[in-house]
Amino acid sequence: MLQKERHVLIVFPHPDDESFGTAGTIAQYIEMGVPVTYACLTLGEMGRNLGNPPFANRETLPQIRKQELLDACNAMGLTDLRMMGLRDKTIEFEDPEKLVKLMTDLIEETNPSVVISFHPTLAVHPDHNATGVAVIEAMNRRPETDRPVLYMKAFDNDTLNQLGEPHVVHHTPNVADKKIAALRAHASQTVWMLPDMEKRWAADDKDALDWLYNEAFYIHEFK
Amino acid sequence: METVDVKHLQELLDSFANKDVYIHLETTNGSYASHFQEGFFNAGAFIRNVVIRYELGKVAGESPHRIGLKLPSGWIYAQGITHYTLDEHNRLLMAGLGPDGKLAVALEISETPFAY
Repeated sequence: MLQKERHVLIVFPHPDDESFGTAGTIAQYIEMGVPVTYACLTLGEMGRNLGNPPFANRETLPQIRKQELLDACNAMGLTDLRMMGLRDKTIEFEDPEKLVKLMTDLIEETNPSVVISFHPTLAVHPDHNATGVAVIEAMNRRPETDRPVLYMKAFDNDTLNQLGEPHVVHHTPNVADKKIAALRAHASQTVWMLPDMEKRWAADDKDALDWLYNEAFYIHEFK
Repeated sequence: METVDVKHLQELLDSFANKDVYIHLETTNGSYASHFQEGFFNAGAFIRNVVIRYELGKVAGESPHRIGLKLPSGWIYAQGITHYTLDEHNRLLMAGLGPDGKLAVALEISETPFAY
């Protein structure tokens, strides 16, 4: 059961990160009337997936993914989308202080009670981990009394071994249609996996439905 | 993008020779390669908006093709090119799409800078 929050700030580096990991959570919060801000750091400019058959090329991909992102946000009911203008695959090479400031500014402006981002070491893609590192550092610098709760997505193959079971699981079957619509909106990225997933959902495949209905998070413990 | 027409692509490469041009070159296995296949050695490289001038550009081999650009004091080379297009900004975009349709290599040549 999701708690009513003052404001939820979501920070991910790529269009579609929000739909794979948190579309149910976002849609649920919005249905509850919780304001949600999504800061998407890049436009996924370096993605290998160009549609199948390809309908994008390296230079048209950013605009296509931008529109997919807008459509996905629309599907989830999210209206406060921020596109932060960084470049895909470069987050870990940016000036760390620039990233911390970016995160700090977002937190100070939106005054969230919950921040959702990636785990700093167990989120597989270097951009994911670098995003988590910057979010944690920005939050570390805040006084304890003025620090939102941080929910992190982690999916490295070693996650269970290192972190144990997720601390929070959002069960959101009532907004599954919105999550599916958000995933469909990211057609250039999801055309490889969705047809198979849709078959498995239709066949009541337990793992596939679990993936659709449940979104797992780890809560960061600030020292 | 269309599959490579060697004669046409060669003409396009010739048309950018001996001019200052912006280059985009990348090779990639994707950032998830060693996540999906443990032990996979993930290597790649990327440059963008570096200005060069080549005196000779050549498309070689059967598809997937190799593209080589001879510079006054060096070389640029891409292997695995399957598709190309001259886009509406007169940029020559070449890419190698694997059997799964995913981009593995890209080489792009433009007289104007590529977007950030």
